[in-house]
Amino acid sequence: MKRITKIFLIVLFLALLAVPLVVKRFYNSAESEIDTETAMQRYGFYFEEVAKQSGVDFTHLAPKLDSKLENIMPQIASMGAGVSIVDFNKDGWNDIYLTNSGEGSQNALFKNNTDGTFSDVAKDLGIADVNQKESGVSMGAVWGDYDNDGFEDLLVYKWGKTQLFKNNGGTSFTAVEAGLPVWANINSGIWFDFDRDGRLDIFLGGYFPENLNLWNLENTRIMPESFEYAKNGGRKYLYRNLGGGRFEEVSKQFGIDSNRWALAAAAADITGNGFPDLFVSNDYGISELYLNDGGKRFIDASETSGIGFSPKSGMNASFGDVLNDGQLAIYESNISEEGILLQGNNLWMPRRNSSGMEVKFDNLASDFGVDHGGWSWGAQFGDLNNDGNLDIFLTNGYVSADRNSSYWYDFAKVTVGNNTIIGDAANWSPMNGRSLSGFQRKKVWINDGFGKFNEVAQMVGVNETFDGRAVAVADLWNRGVLDVVVANQNAPVLIYKNTVTPENGWIAFAFEDGNPIGARATIFWDGKRQTQEIHGGSGYCAQNQRRFHFGLGRAESVEKAEIRFPDGSTKVIENPERNKLHLIKRDF
Amino acid sequence: MSTNSASLTPVKVSSDVIPTKMFGIDSRFIAPILITLILLGGQISFGILESFLQTAVAILTSIIFEIVLSKITLNKFPHLASAYISGISVGILVRSPDIYWTFALCAAISITSKYVLRVKDRHIWNPSNFGICAMLFLAPYAVASLSIQWGNNLYAMAVIWILGSVIIYRLKRFHITLTYVISFFVFSYFRSLYTGDPYFAEIAPITGAMYQLFIFFMITDPKTTVRYSKSAQIGVVILIAFVELIFRLFEVVHAPYYALFIVGPVANLVDIYCLSRKSGA
Repeated sequence: MKRITKIFLIVLFLALLAVPLVVKRFYNSAESEIDTETAMQRYGFYFEEVAKQSGVDFTHLAPKLDSKLENIMPQIASMGAGVSIVDFNKDGWNDIYLTNSGEGSQNALFKNNTDGTFSDVAKDLGIADVNQKESGVSMGAVWGDYDNDGFEDLLVYKWGKTQLFKNNGGTSFTAVEAGLPVWANINSGIWFDFDRDGRLDIFLGGYFPENLNLWNLENTRIMPESFEYAKNGGRKYLYRNLGGGRFEEVSKQFGIDSNRWALAAAAADITGNGFPDLFVSNDYGISELYLNDGGKRFIDASETSGIGFSPKSGMNASFGDVLNDGQLAIYESNISEEGILLQGNNLWMPRRNSSGMEVKFDNLASDFGVDHGGWSWGAQFGDLNNDGNLDIFLTNGYVSADRNSSYWYDFAKVTVGNNTIIGDAANWSPMNGRSLSGFQRKKVWINDGFGKFNEVAQMVGVNETFDGRAVAVADLWNRGVLDVVVANQNAPVLIYKNTVTPENGWIAFAFEDGNPIGARATIFWDGKRQTQEIHGGSGYCAQNQRRFHFGLGRAESVEKAEIRFPDGSTKVIENPERNKLHLIKRDF
Repeated sequence: MSTNSASLTPVKVSSDVIPTKMFGIDSRFIAPILITLILLGGQISFGILESFLQTAVAILTSIIFEIVLSKITLNKFPHLASAYISGISVGILVRSPDIYWTFALCAAISITSKYVLRVKDRHIWNPSNFGICAMLFLAPYAVASLSIQWGNNLYAMAVIWILGSVIIYRLKRFHITLTYVISFFVFSYFRSLYTGDPYFAEIAPITGAMYQLFIFFMITDPKTTVRYSKSAQIGVVILIAFVELIFRLFEVVHAPYYALFIVGPVANLVDIYCLSRKSGA
């Protein structure tokens, strides 16, 4: 070989080896803290964590399950911190409901005192004491007015007995026996009116199989049969609201028959036929998309839509019109740990030339820059800086224990194993106080409106590293901005109070009467448009406010707002006033 | 993984003589066919790949680099079986969601290493092992390694084990695979005793897909296994399993790759020295 050829080969080789070091510079997100004034100038907003100072002093506790699971207890008892936003007394101010999971622990309903503070009224109203070994412990809660009396009722889904509480005019609650599962290990629940009959129905997604009582196990064969292809999880329930406080379980009859390990669910009208479609984010496998065929049945479009390939560890389901084109994308969180397991989060974008029941999705998370989270959990879309584009708030972190000791090696060792090994908790190495993707930072991704998101969490004041689970966005103090509540596992709840540059305008719509879940709004302004829907649960064990909140950027006016009510009727509001919460009354 | 096809430069050592035909097919194509079947079976049954495109990028890059570098350095058109296997191995073993450059780069590094890291006209690292280790070292932010099963039952695994074993046996490399598997199970027992972890936890990795590719394609690669004798091959593979044991005791996730990365070239250098002394004598 000639000398020059040798030199060329060596230079080429070294150049190839240097490429990752160069590319790494583009992967590093900004990790410096800046003062609030600079954050305001650069990004148009900043957060201040105010939970305790606003009276929300709440720490989640994990359950203590059967001692047979002691070797990996932190891994199993790793869920249950949920948050849902509700205006339970219809005073026009958002309140916060938080779930707890320790046996004997109390859930909390933080009533908005309208002066910047909250007070826990759950105990007085009879919706606190719901976590007992005998009846199970909370995993999350969602609110919906199932009896159409104008007040939202409470559904608490649990590892145990799911409970429904009727809201008595915002002054008390009554437990209702509605025929919901007597015992199931539910990790996701939503309200939605799938048949558009004017009565809210319920979807519940099981995680562990329903025949397991996690406090009293016969044996340790309770784990998924595979890390990415498991179908031995809990069943799914679809409860059709018959009226009069009665529900009928119709999942199989309507085409939902799955035993994947569901961790999150959300519904929105993806096909445009006016009926809510259902997305279920599954751990240990592919996720599922059920398209609603006019309220008559659900069609499993997981594979045909492109979503049902590439199994990962789905943990979130939220919808957002990220490109302001009227099409709802789905954000799904997964697991990413450098060098070990890089699933990447999914941003399922509807393909432009597909529509209706033939809708197709592509995962563009990497292109949009929202794939690398960590061990990701709940996420929500929301225009955090009111610039007219939907941003993403994502929380991360699994088990934070010993900072200097990681369980990842042992975790990775067993999760590749055959089902005879992975399926038995006794085969898993003891965690012994080690962390597993612990102490992870949250991500705040700001949408530039052109298909790219920039991560700014630390720079806008989001620094806490508790093991985040549920995220909910709401305007907590009626200021025309979206605040963020994060429920953390085994840790205090966080409330990020948002301050947004006054140069950016906003407009919001709330419903004066009727059930808002499933309503859809599209606003047109400054040559743009954005579509949002109101959900009866989204993200991970979370529920956002029941209002539409749109950022407007510096636009001075809004051309019109098109509102589609859950029953399909529509209303157009011409030139709605900027920087105002509009109360919508349906024209019957 | 480089290739299980016959050496481009035949070495007259009994343990390394590979039949020129198998099942009526040029034996150089056997390994590529097997690994392609595994890929297709895995993808159709369980969707093991993030996308076919990523694997295609790896294969294409591999082949292009092989052709170009072979023309530049040897002025000849190479047999492409080796590059194909390197490419497809990278395409399966590298996990890098929705990113394509990592596949191209890993394949490029793998093939280029073959032409740069040479002693006495032999490349001393298994190309795809080198490429994957390089990426895991240098780009952990963008790359992980295959960490799943072929589905959730024993049947898919059994098919691959049986098919792989038959072919490896016909290629006269089965002793390498068998030695490694036995060593892994034995060392797992000692690891279990030392760490107190369940024995099943220790043997779990070998039931996964990554190990099947590692066992049938990477450690048996004729170009980068020693040629001195069959016992030498067995000794080297025991050493690989032993170094892996050490890495595992230090909780290194990619222990088998790194063990081969270290032991492979050292063994090849010793092999080259011994063979040259033998031929000199």
